[in-house]
Amino acid sequence: MAIAIALVVIVVASVLFHFVSPWWATPLASNWKQMDDTLTITLVITGFLFIVINLFVGYIVWRYRHREGHRAAYQPENRKLELWLIGLTGIGIIAMLAPGLIVYADYVRPPRDAMVVEVVGQQWQWAFRFPGKSGQLGTSDARFVTASNPLGINPDDPRGQDNIVVVGPEVHLPLNRPVKVLLRSKDVLHDFYVPPIRARMNMVPGMVTSFWFTPTQVGKFDILCAQLCGVGHYNMRGHMVVEDKASFDGWLAKQQTFAMTMAKTAPPIAAAPGTAATPTPETTVASGTDLVEQGRALAQSKGCVACHSVDGKPGVGPTWKGLYGSTQTFADGSSASVDDAFLKTEIVDPHARLVKGFGPLMPPLPVTDAEIAALTAYIRSLGSGAAAAPQAGK
Amino acid sequence: MTATLANPRIDARVGHGDARANAASIGLWVFMGVVTALFSLFAMAYLMRMNSSDAVTLALPWQLWISTALLAAGSVVLQRASAAARLVDVMRTRRLLLAGGLCAIAFLCAQLWAWRALLGAQVMPAGNPAGSFFYMLTAMHGLHVAGGLIAWAWVMRAFIREPADGGWRIALCARYWHFMLAVWLALFAMMAWVTPEVARFICGTA
Amino acid sequence: MAYADDAHHGPQTFGARYIWSQDHKVIAVQYTIVAIIVGLVGVALSNLMRMQLGFPGKFDFIDANRYYQFVTMHGMIMVIYLLTALFLGGFGNYLIPLMVGARDMVFPFLNMLSFWVYFLSVIVLLASFFVPGGPTGAGWTLYPPQAILPGTPGYDWGIILMLVSLLIFIVAATMGGLNYVTTVLQARTEGMTLLRMPLAVWGIFMATILALLAFPALFVSGVMMLLDKTLHTSFFMPAMVSMGQQLDYKGGSPLLFQHLFWFFGHPEVYIVALPAFGIVSDLVSVHSRKSIFGYRTMVWAILAIGLLSVVVWAHHMFVSGMNPYFGFFFATTTLIIAVPTAIKVYNWVITLWRGDIHFSVPMLFAIAFISTFVIGGLTGLFLGNVSVDIPLSNTYFVVAHFHMVMGVSPILVVFGGLYHWYPKVTGRMLNDTLGHIHFWVTFIGTYAIFFPMHYLGVLGMPRRYYAFDNYSFIPESAHVMNMYISIAAFVVAFAQLLFVFNLAWSVRHGRPSGSNPWRAASLEWQTPETPPVHGNWGPHQPVVYRWAYAYGVPGAKDDYIPQTAPPEAGGMEPDVHGKGEARGVPA
Repeated sequence: MAIAIALVVIVVASVLFHFVSPWWATPLASNWKQMDDTLTITLVITGFLFIVINLFVGYIVWRYRHREGHRAAYQPENRKLELWLIGLTGIGIIAMLAPGLIVYADYVRPPRDAMVVEVVGQQWQWAFRFPGKSGQLGTSDARFVTASNPLGINPDDPRGQDNIVVVGPEVHLPLNRPVKVLLRSKDVLHDFYVPPIRARMNMVPGMVTSFWFTPTQVGKFDILCAQLCGVGHYNMRGHMVVEDKASFDGWLAKQQTFAMTMAKTAPPIAAAPGTAATPTPETTVASGTDLVEQGRALAQSKGCVACHSVDGKPGVGPTWKGLYGSTQTFADGSSASVDDAFLKTEIVDPHARLVKGFGPLMPPLPVTDAEIAALTAYIRSLGSGAAAAPQAGK
Repeated sequence: MTATLANPRIDARVGHGDARANAASIGLWVFMGVVTALFSLFAMAYLMRMNSSDAVTLALPWQLWISTALLAAGSVVLQRASAAARLVDVMRTRRLLLAGGLCAIAFLCAQLWAWRALLGAQVMPAGNPAGSFFYMLTAMHGLHVAGGLIAWAWVMRAFIREPADGGWRIALCARYWHFMLAVWLALFAMMAWVTPEVARFICGTA
Repeated sequence: MAYADDAHHGPQTFGARYIWSQDHKVIAVQYTIVAIIVGLVGVALSNLMRMQLGFPGKFDFIDANRYYQFVTMHGMIMVIYLLTALFLGGFGNYLIPLMVGARDMVFPFLNMLSFWVYFLSVIVLLASFFVPGGPTGAGWTLYPPQAILPGTPGYDWGIILMLVSLLIFIVAATMGGLNYVTTVLQARTEGMTLLRMPLAVWGIFMATILALLAFPALFVSGVMMLLDKTLHTSFFMPAMVSMGQQLDYKGGSPLLFQHLFWFFGHPEVYIVALPAFGIVSDLVSVHSRKSIFGYRTMVWAILAIGLLSVVVWAHHMFVSGMNPYFGFFFATTTLIIAVPTAIKVYNWVITLWRGDIHFSVPMLFAIAFISTFVIGGLTGLFLGNVSVDIPLSNTYFVVAHFHMVMGVSPILVVFGGLYHWYPKVTGRMLNDTLGHIHFWVTFIGTYAIFFPMHYLGVLGMPRRYYAFDNYSFIPESAHVMNMYISIAAFVVAFAQLLFVFNLAWSVRHGRPSGSNPWRAASLEWQTPETPPVHGNWGPHQPVVYRWAYAYGVPGAKDDYIPQTAPPEAGGMEPDVHGKGEARGVPA
């Protein structure tokens, strides 16, 4: 008896939950409404079956519960009934599969006039590339990757020279223009996932994969990595900003081309909000609080925050809270106080000395002296911890 | 899946050995099926990997012809041993059974010799996929032959103790030897003839 | 083979009877005990994960590295070392010889070896907790390149021990599988045709065939990854820049691993599900005193599901970057496999219709199975339909789906089966009150854990995330929901301890059950002794005259007719032309 009631309660509770819960798909921000529609069709059909079967079982176990003198019927087969059920099930399956495949046929064929954007993933940050005036992307390969050429663009390919390179977690796209996204990875599997867009795809090292969509809403959307890529997977974050064409063109014009990034030994500060990126090697060191702000922006844009928390929480790398002024012990037992020189060494040559308890996971990144100064100022602003104990990681 | 009656009851003394022989025979067929699945999947992996742009054909060492001949000899010898056992010719069976096992051991030695030759030619497991597959496939096959040798040793022991009852065991041994030969011939042919060009043709990426 | 009346042939020493036993019943209990212990480790790991997800950052010792190690070990333990080992090695070993009327498995020595090799594989797996770097944190799917590269926990010794443990397990599974298949084909007693076998045997039989053919794919991928790790071959490893260093791999294909892994991985879920389907058919039939509806269709469905399961694997790879046109094929085959599966669900429900339903603990679990399997299977239709899968892939929707369909419903059948056959194994009943508590907490609790999780997945929360800080699209309420899910998980975990206690306590203190407490018709309940002694049947193996489902036969004196009752008692299986006429004979 109780089980019959339980089944009814489960159905009622589930249906209520569905209508009351605040968690459903994010508002659609792309052209893939058909995916949402197919989901709805599937939900209706499966929901109907879920309700009917559970209620029917609940009814049966109440109606045919054991009572004295009652005996089961004998009914081992019924060909006709089974054939009907197979037929109806087949129809239900087709009703779900057909729309699904029709949508998929669209998905595998990007429009001819789609603009091309490349996303390059690595543990644990995003980078982007746009074709320049020539409209073509240069070839690329892992073996071309250096500190100053993080996307591995072929320096000898003339088509790559005017490619626009964005080494940072934020990318902009123009509204209502179809985009074919080319995906590459430098190291392991990743997945470029922006939930309101619906479309996405894995990034596989050694291959170029792709998918396409048309952004239909302006806004700033979270980029998430959706294929387990190691310990920093949950923190491989970025933003996709969809804006009108004029704003997008303005943003694009401010970015570096590949040729520009290769012309100097190190690129100037990138993606600091509101700062014009001037192509001179030395950038004027700004005053106090500006420096801290720049450092904070750099920590985001260079991906430091993937591994270094600022609130004391344990992470892949030591937390920056209270780091400055503390004494850190190295793997070989020696120790040193965290000052400007300490930080500079750690940033420029992270594997030279390993802080005890942390593995050799930090990749060397291209930084100018001005950027190091900014980062140092930011770390310092997170509190000095002369008394902070050395941290343990794993 | 017909609705037939089951085999004679196992607890009857009559037909006791037959039931065991039957069961072992079915068991060996099933195991051969599993091993076939294993090597088929290795072959699929080979095909897919040799497809890629960095694959080069491997020059197979001549020692492989010797090892192949030894394995084939082992098959022939064990088949004869099985026939001799059916005729209950104990001495002949014992000699042929021993020779069959020795052929398999010699096969493994010749395979190791081929490895040495290849390593001497600076073909390492890492580096080129053809080399990687060569070492891996010969190792996997060799392990299965070695497993067969363990069974063979047990069959020898059982035969020496009870020559009259041993015929079906030797027959199963011979069947496994033939199977190992067939797998080896297939692997050998694949490594020799399924070059990167052929692989690309099959996968449609030429 | 030894017989009950021949004292010289049975095992004599303690070691021969309980440690190195070649008796399928002892081996089955050995498998079950080890699987349950390792399963409890898996439950503990899941609770550690839920502690972090429900209360993020509150537990210092659960850092990101450890979290991913827990995720990986939990998944691998549950799928392989618990579910596969328990259904095939535990239920398969115990039930097959008894249900087909054999004295034991056909290769008892090999059977004994298979358990000890399984035990070795468990030891190697658990050893990875203690090596430098700890166990692998690559996810149970172990995808390269990350699994063997820095950046993933346990990328050194952890992954090596995991792969070695899996290779050892596959050897054990092959040894066991040879036994199960050959025994079913060769050692059935007189009168036991294939179409008179209970569905539990059919389910385990088909699952074993799948295991024998699918585990080689895991073996191949495991060997190749091991070589990539130890010898620096490049089977799966393309040219890469890892942590700022150019690596010396090149040309390999991560997708090759995924194809091989899922060629194993999809049949694997049916290796778990098919025995559950078979067992639950028996539970529903016995406890509703009604013959299973559509027995031959059920057999056909088991075979069809098994066959189709080898052509659906790439539905796990819709967003992997494989050739997109494969998506059409695999979505179609995946939705087709829903048809025989749905038929089985209908047939269970129709069996209950007009039955005589007893609310024993096994029956409660069987009914709960139907309910949870329905939702688990239905959500599979979302994920199998390629374009619906694209936004849902790698989100909590997937986690909720596979837990419902692998972790909840088959586990409910495990419990139902253990409560059902425990009297046969021990001669005693499990405590009924504890059984009811265990049932209700587990059924309602797992529902509370996994039903809401689907919605978090539709929202877009990815799986395998250590934390979800400051995402604009994730409301605070989702974090609160995660907290409630965690609390439910802790409660359900605790209830399993009650069950384990019940298992141990009832061996001595359970109510004596007699030989056939459920009044079941199938052969395993007709042994002369309970628990059955070595050789199972006494001096003569039984002769079988009918199928295993002669319940409620009109005109028969009792509401069941055992398989061994003489032919005059009636209750024959429906004839070839499916007329299904009642042919009971008054006693």
